[in-house]
Amino acid sequence: MPLLQIEDLRAYYRTEVYGISRSVRAVDGVSMELYNNEIYGIAGESSCGKTTLIKVISGTLKPPLRVESGRVHYDFGAFEVDMLTIDPEELRQTVRWKEISYVMQGSMSVLNPVRKIIRTFEDIVRTHQGIPNKKLFLEQTQEHVRRLGLPPDVLNLYPHQLSGGMRQRVAIALATVFHPSLIIADEPTTALDVVVQRGVLQMLKDIQAESQNTVLLVTHDLAVHANVADRVGIMYAGRIVEEAPTQIIFNAPRHPYTEHLIRSLPTIGDKSVKASLGGAPPNLANPPSGCRFHPRCPLAMDRCRTETPEMITLSHHHRVACHLVTEAEA
Amino acid sequence: MSASGALLHVDHVTVSFHIGSFIAGGRLMAVNDVSFSLDADRPEIFAIAGESGSGKTTLARVLLHDLDPTQGKVLFEGRDLATIKSRRDAMEFMRKVQPVFQNPFETFSPLRRVEDYLFETAIQFGRAKNRRDAAPIVDEALRLVGLSLDEVRQRYPHELSGGQIQRVSVARALIPKPHLILADEPVSMVDASLRMAIVNLFKKLRDEQKVSVIYITHDLATAYYISDRIAIMLRGYVVESGPVEKVLDNPLHPYTQLLQESVPRPTASEREQWAKHIELGTMEVKEYGRIGCKYAGRCPHVMDVCKQTDPPDVEVEGRTVKCYLYLDDAR
Amino acid sequence: MLTVIRDLLKYDGRFRVAFVFLLLTLILAALSLFSPYAPNRTFLVPQDMPPSLQHPFGTNSRGQDLLWWMAFAVRNSLILGIITAIVSRIIAIFVGLVAGYRGGGIDRLLMSFNDSFVVLPVLPILILLSFLLQGQLSLVALALLLGLFGWPWDARLIRAQVLSLKERSFTRTAVYSGTPPLKLTLREHLPFVLPVVFATTINNMLWAIGMEVTLSVLGLSDVTVPTIGTTIFWANQHQALVAGVWWWLAAPIIVAVVLFLGLYLLFSSVNEFIDPRTRLRRIGA
Repeated sequence: MPLLQIEDLRAYYRTEVYGISRSVRAVDGVSMELYNNEIYGIAGESSCGKTTLIKVISGTLKPPLRVESGRVHYDFGAFEVDMLTIDPEELRQTVRWKEISYVMQGSMSVLNPVRKIIRTFEDIVRTHQGIPNKKLFLEQTQEHVRRLGLPPDVLNLYPHQLSGGMRQRVAIALATVFHPSLIIADEPTTALDVVVQRGVLQMLKDIQAESQNTVLLVTHDLAVHANVADRVGIMYAGRIVEEAPTQIIFNAPRHPYTEHLIRSLPTIGDKSVKASLGGAPPNLANPPSGCRFHPRCPLAMDRCRTETPEMITLSHHHRVACHLVTEAEA
Repeated sequence: MSASGALLHVDHVTVSFHIGSFIAGGRLMAVNDVSFSLDADRPEIFAIAGESGSGKTTLARVLLHDLDPTQGKVLFEGRDLATIKSRRDAMEFMRKVQPVFQNPFETFSPLRRVEDYLFETAIQFGRAKNRRDAAPIVDEALRLVGLSLDEVRQRYPHELSGGQIQRVSVARALIPKPHLILADEPVSMVDASLRMAIVNLFKKLRDEQKVSVIYITHDLATAYYISDRIAIMLRGYVVESGPVEKVLDNPLHPYTQLLQESVPRPTASEREQWAKHIELGTMEVKEYGRIGCKYAGRCPHVMDVCKQTDPPDVEVEGRTVKCYLYLDDAR
Repeated sequence: MLTVIRDLLKYDGRFRVAFVFLLLTLILAALSLFSPYAPNRTFLVPQDMPPSLQHPFGTNSRGQDLLWWMAFAVRNSLILGIITAIVSRIIAIFVGLVAGYRGGGIDRLLMSFNDSFVVLPVLPILILLSFLLQGQLSLVALALLLGLFGWPWDARLIRAQVLSLKERSFTRTAVYSGTPPLKLTLREHLPFVLPVVFATTINNMLWAIGMEVTLSVLGLSDVTVPTIGTTIFWANQHQALVAGVWWWLAAPIIVAVVLFLGLYLLFSSVNEFIDPRTRLRRIGA
């Protein structure tokens, strides 16, 4: 059984301001599975729906965001959870932090700026589990931090005393106190310098390798996925257009969008001219018909303008939604 | 290259800020003894690269005459920027040097139409008397960046994509027919699929419009792709500078080496190098206050002398390196 | 403009209430144009009549019909509020924009001037001035005087906004587009500052009308001019409450409450509407 099964998920933002109602179809028909013991990378440009997808699967969605249809089902081994129907109190007590935790961009929102790091640990452990023995809690926390390769002294510092990279690593330590089955990392290194980014991502990888759990890594930076993820899903305009093990995505992409992204990736040592793609990502309040990439696709056919391509499975867990590929494989 | 024949001549520029309280404060050297020149006859893309806190944005402000250097001077086409006082002189300077900013959604006021800025630029810099005369000039500039006036007419910033706005921003900068464009992280907030269009645009401007570009960035990959020369900054100093292929294919300064191998690569062969574990500091490092080489605290090749005095600029293998390691090679 | 009012009426309860209240006040003020009695004439109607069909607000001990008197009173109070608001807005916008955008020495000079006005005790000064003028302070002169005192807080508010706007990239874009400073601050900054200006306009009107009531109740303004304040002054002079002529006080108080509530609700509703963030949401950003 996969850890997480998502079936045909649709989640829209519906707003009404002075009588003008809008609905933004941020996630529009996503199906995917996450397995135990893997790092799954979601790549996509701004407003492709990746943040919305995270909100739904972590159970943190608030109005005006609403799930229209679909299924989000977790199997944590000991128990199963349907994210769309679970009682919020139960979600808070049994799932959040314990089974699903997250690391966000700029960890300052998790860390309380006026309290020492250890107090934030205390708050989280107390709300989710309780602290019957304070001395034991302190020892366990120090041990936890040390195992992740951080000096235990950081626990007695305030967030502003830490460097940006250390803050982000502390946030990862916080997210892993209960050894969750799934860690969702949403642009965890976006604001960081490359050297620091490297250190933080290395730590995330080490934790995953050791605890054999699942990491869902969301970032727009494909080069990061190339170095960290086991599998990568490419999102475009609210849908996953291609998904495959990292090697395959980078060496043999099939969707024209993926292909363009990978071919235009600048890299040190390569001065060859990189082509650019016309147009712009669509407005999800009014997405194009058929395949949503067709207005920008150099290979678009008539069919692409009217008919939404189905996701088909090629070899090696390689899935792609493109009429061209479907026709070539048939 | 003599100073008088240079488009831009940056001569030992230092910018220091007073930090802390009035009595117990210190000085923060945001830019420290930086020198370089751009040739007037040979347009080029010159990249200034560094991480946050390297001083690259402060240097950009000095080059835009937004901030006066504490020491040293900047000559643009032979004129010292410090002598620009009147509005007339400032207009003359801005006619030749134009900026492109980082965040496309902040570049233009969200409450105004983007075309207003283009018309304003054409009229204020004397290229047109009124909006009707300015229209063909604005259209021409927009066509250079792959847009047209009809596409942006009546549009507010939120109606355009980040990539489109950034191209409009470049078009606006082109209207006065500048000799130098200073682009501060112009693609860092633009989506991947739109990024190359802007990056390629700078190359086109250099080749076809003969405009020199100073490209300020933290992204070594795009810097490698478009620039001719690069200067790597660390805590106010330029630690290594020279032709971009030399500096990034074969970095000599230990800091440039770390930076270069920390850039994540999509190709399998280079992933192993990236995966080599690195140590990160716990606290916000006080490298600004360090005496001698700012990298000495992290450098694997550190020597005693590095912690005592600033390393000299050494000319080696066709580039300049601020490091004691290469002192012997240069002799 | 009409569609804006229509939208607000349709979607904002506060605006509906404000609209009704202010409409009532304006109708009352407009009635002054058709008054059968001049406001300075007395003993034209029977004295001390309670509210009735013939005299909806009753009549006072000076033989005046309170409905027509209040029509003049509310008109004059509104005029006073509007003059004060206009005068103080002009000063506040000018000082705030210039100090914020130019900065440096001009900023320090304007702000020290500004702060001197902030610390001036307005009420004692007005009492002193009115006392010296022996009730000769005309309504317009009082309005101008209040305008001169009513700007410094708002100028500070505007300056603070401009200071933060100045740091945003679009200001720099405008600078490098060659836009001259005054035009720049009017075009780039004023639209963001307008909600503050609007909010403070209504606040300022409320403050001015309230100030006039205070001075008039103390008998320090020109009491021959009907205003909300002078109505209360005359009622007190004739010991209306002791005499049981409660409607003489009820009329100005009810009118004042309706006017103040109307202005306040208008302020909060329109303020939200013209806030740049709401405006951006409305145009679909």
